[in-house]
Amino acid sequence: MGNDFVLVLVVVTALAFDFTNGFNDAGNAMATSIATRALPPRVAVSVAGVLNLIGAFLSLSVAATIASGLVQTNLVTLTVVFAGLTGGILWNLTTWFLGIPSSSSHALIGGVIGSTLAAAGAHGVKWHGLVQKVIIPAVLSPIIALGIAAIGTYLVYRVTRGVNRQARTRGFRIGQIGSASMVSLAHGTNDAQKTMGIITLALISNHTLASGAKAPFWVVLSCALAIALGTCAGGWRVIRTLGKGLIEIDAPQGMAAESSSAAVILLSSHFGYSLSTTHVATGSILGSGVGKAGAEVRWSVAGRMATAWVLTLPAAGTVGALAYFATHGIGGSAGVLVMFVLVGAGSAAFYWRSRKNAVSAKNVNDAWGGAIVPVAPKTKTKTPVSV
Amino acid sequence: MNNWINLSALWRIVGIGLLAGAGLPAIFAVGVRALGSGSDAATDDVAGEQVIGATRTGIAIAGLCFAVVLAASGYGIYLIVRAG
Repeated sequence: MGNDFVLVLVVVTALAFDFTNGFNDAGNAMATSIATRALPPRVAVSVAGVLNLIGAFLSLSVAATIASGLVQTNLVTLTVVFAGLTGGILWNLTTWFLGIPSSSSHALIGGVIGSTLAAAGAHGVKWHGLVQKVIIPAVLSPIIALGIAAIGTYLVYRVTRGVNRQARTRGFRIGQIGSASMVSLAHGTNDAQKTMGIITLALISNHTLASGAKAPFWVVLSCALAIALGTCAGGWRVIRTLGKGLIEIDAPQGMAAESSSAAVILLSSHFGYSLSTTHVATGSILGSGVGKAGAEVRWSVAGRMATAWVLTLPAAGTVGALAYFATHGIGGSAGVLVMFVLVGAGSAAFYWRSRKNAVSAKNVNDAWGGAIVPVAPKTKTKTPVSV
Repeated sequence: MNNWINLSALWRIVGIGLLAGAGLPAIFAVGVRALGSGSDAATDDVAGEQVIGATRTGIAIAGLCFAVVLAASGYGIYLIVRAG
């Protein structure tokens, strides 16, 4: 039963990925609410965490669909799944460290495709499915979200012209909390299920589950908890870029942006496109800057993000492929164990390095000076709040 | 509809997305405006225009607007639970 040992490592790695998914994406729902001070930072990520948890339980119909449409599942082994997850985790940590909101879904898909390519060659990947289900929606969704948010923002400012500014802010802060909560809920439903699908795929490839089986309850529960905990952890670096880096955001813009995000995400998943929450949220926030007269949009920051988005699939894929070669090269359970320890060490290194110039709940809203980490006065004596 | 893009789904996402994603905030905005705030409007520098103020009609309009937004959100959650 050597495989069961590997299976446990794969499941733990998948849950670790789910955790990075949570803190990478906490900003998608809550960055605007934090930036406009509709909610205090800690409260915001806690609310998002709880809603992600609920969202993960709301709908359980997706099993291994994310992988089955993109790779030949009969070629997928535990090692392939493991190497793919490795690619996803390392790319998520890299973009988080740089404060770039990038798609966790793409990181996962890229990693799995890379490791499948390494294991089985080009015929293991369903290229048509990749373009149709991943790449085209990824290009279109931020543009659609941007347009809807821009129109929404324009309408909102048009309608409330002349309304007392304080009253308007108060009203829209409440609306913003509502719409951000919808995004959190949708995120839990979409993204937690992707990891559930991956773990189910691993269980199927290990013949623990029959082919076509649904995710067992412990998988659902552990994935829901992992993504919720990850969201609660904050991911302040990404939140800061989304909330402060792209535009100076006001409550009405925040509400328009989150409404657009929620609508696009829910509609797309309704029509069977599982697209990136991150791309949609970023597009919406940009749109809320475009739609407000006189607002400054920092297109250079947006451009940097777009570059990271283009790189996500190939970069995570490359890591996934390398991880497969390394794991396969060492061979057997030992290979997986060695890589598992290496990824753990790598993650710890990222975390340790981030503490040196931490972004936390305390400085997440500091004025944007062109850098992810605010130029801090020397506060070495204060222990930074955990990221 | 072709092999690469499901155009009918795309247009429906854009269309319904506009109604829900831009229309609902606009309705919410009508509610906020209807509530207005007659009392401290003078302190604001952009309060040149007439606002409805918290009259009974204003409150009724606002209540209707917020109810529409809430109902639409509830329908959204219902769709997640049902479809997923």
